[in-house]
Amino acid sequence: MMNKTINQKAWYFVIPVFILVAFNAAIPLMTVVNYSFQETFGNNVFAWEGTRWFKQILLSERFHAALGRQFAFTFIILLIQIPLGIAIALTMPKKGWGVPVCLILMSMPLLIPWNVVGAMWNIFALPDIGFLGHTLNSVGFDYNFTQQPGDAWFTTILMDVWHWTSLVVLLSYAGLNSIQPAYYQAAEIDGASRWATFRYIELPKMKKVLTLAILLRFMDSFMIYTEPFVLTGGGPGNTTAFLSIDLVKMALGQFDLGPAAAMSLIYFFIVLLVCWVFYNLMMKNEAQS
Amino acid sequence: MSLELKNVEKKVGIDTHIHPTSLKLEKNTINVLLGSTLAGKTTLMQIMAGLDKPTSGEIWFNGENVTGMKVQKRNCSMVYQQFINYPNYTVYENIASPLAITGVKDNEIKQRVGKVAELLKLSAMLNKKPDELSGGQQQRTALARALVKDSDLILLDEPLANLDFKLREELREELPKLFEDRDCIVVYATTEPSDALMIGGNTATLLEGKVIQYGKTLEVYNKPENLISAKVFSDPPMNIAEITKSGENCKFVDNNVQWKLSKRIKDGTYKIGIRPHNITTYKEGNNSVEINGKVQISELSGSESLIHFTNGNLNWVSLSNGIQQKNVGEDTKLYMNTDEFLYFDQDNRLVNNG
Repeated sequence: MMNKTINQKAWYFVIPVFILVAFNAAIPLMTVVNYSFQETFGNNVFAWEGTRWFKQILLSERFHAALGRQFAFTFIILLIQIPLGIAIALTMPKKGWGVPVCLILMSMPLLIPWNVVGAMWNIFALPDIGFLGHTLNSVGFDYNFTQQPGDAWFTTILMDVWHWTSLVVLLSYAGLNSIQPAYYQAAEIDGASRWATFRYIELPKMKKVLTLAILLRFMDSFMIYTEPFVLTGGGPGNTTAFLSIDLVKMALGQFDLGPAAAMSLIYFFIVLLVCWVFYNLMMKNEAQS
Repeated sequence: MSLELKNVEKKVGIDTHIHPTSLKLEKNTINVLLGSTLAGKTTLMQIMAGLDKPTSGEIWFNGENVTGMKVQKRNCSMVYQQFINYPNYTVYENIASPLAITGVKDNEIKQRVGKVAELLKLSAMLNKKPDELSGGQQQRTALARALVKDSDLILLDEPLANLDFKLREELREELPKLFEDRDCIVVYATTEPSDALMIGGNTATLLEGKVIQYGKTLEVYNKPENLISAKVFSDPPMNIAEITKSGENCKFVDNNVQWKLSKRIKDGTYKIGIRPHNITTYKEGNNSVEINGKVQISELSGSESLIHFTNGNLNWVSLSNGIQQKNVGEDTKLYMNTDEFLYFDQDNRLVNNG
């Protein structure tokens, strides 16, 4: 063994990271925690409220409704995007000139800024001049996303599917490409059907990337703000006011800082909890082996 | 039962992967395809299995033309270099999978899987998943899947290449026994001459998409038809040198080493091939000659010593038993066993005792 000189000065090198993390994460978060336990008046006057805001939020019907809408939205888009993404990835070419073409086409929606997507779909879906809205109306559908809740949901979901299915496609495609051709040959020799090949080779081999895809899509869709804000503004009424939209209304619209801060924290813990539970469920089998 | 390739050729674009090849493999034989990477072993196997179609030529099985017939309709199985098993099936389900697909009854499946599992020493791990097993056990599972089916044709594509040394030795010894009492044709692809010698049966030497020679393994080894076949079937690489012969006397072109030859072949110049284990640091056989060398590389591998040395312009590789310590740059004496020399004429064909 070598004799090491003891020099604790090395800790100084960690200081910049501490400062950085403090300013970009800890301090803003603690501000929110601070607001959530107090009543805020002008001129920086605060009064201690304990857990009152938390109780108020957890018992409020408005929060329950927003949370319900949020879960419904996330559930529906996952149900569409994951199978659709896998299906598209399965039909994509594996070699030749089609590969770059498909990859570029698939990446396009992912590169468009969120508010541009919202604005694009808003115009696209306008019932009088938008291509989609006008077409639907001219073939006999009574479509108006600014007035009818069902249409608003339909348009928001369609927009999200258009914007984000590519991510699932790209991840699944990467997963599929990492399967050695010998697996397919072995299945062919066994006489396995196309479905059996998918079920027993492709799906298990894609498990890890799909877990990642579901997690990413869950988190993103659960925190969705910009696109529905630009498209519907949460309307008509409150029908598409998902959690973030509702939160911003409360914090900046009504300037209820205490309840808004409490809601932020609850929101944050729900995302954390769902991700943790989901990840552990998916990885449970891995741990057994 | 027999598998016959008739003038099979495979081209991909302008590249020829397999030059026109004719081969006839008989029932109850193990046939080794021996050649380096890209020699065409895998392509040839895929054509045999029906996973790939030849560009031209025909494949006959049991007197029936099966060219272009789909792999599912042929009764064959294949084991790969990578350990290919269904990832979320247990070992039992993996072995049973080819039977379950063809609708064999549960009782019979159970019995057949049990038998094969015992043969491959997998009985204790039937309920495990492939990724809980060692590489050797994963490959045993893949082998069991190939065996359980009672295929007419079993293709093994470098099945031992990804295993570590000990497991490879162990499985290599077991392999020929596994196929002993089966009514099938086994094809075994490998890059290693020692695999071919160990497995026995028949060997086809391959180079750049051509079958150079096909015959009984020992015959191909001892009497290679030509220099290429001899080179393919030699590891470490064969030493090759030019010699001249007049009367009974032979001599290297590049040095003065001489020996007598009792074979009745014409006077003239020949190429000879000497396998590394026939150049040793000690005398072997009654007709050995001495050669001086300057040691270039000296390495031990297990209980053998590999010495690379130069003599004049020639580089030689020798392989001796035991540990022979030599220093790099050292001048040393080695002995060549002239009885084991292989003589090739100017067209690289083996010259037989006339």
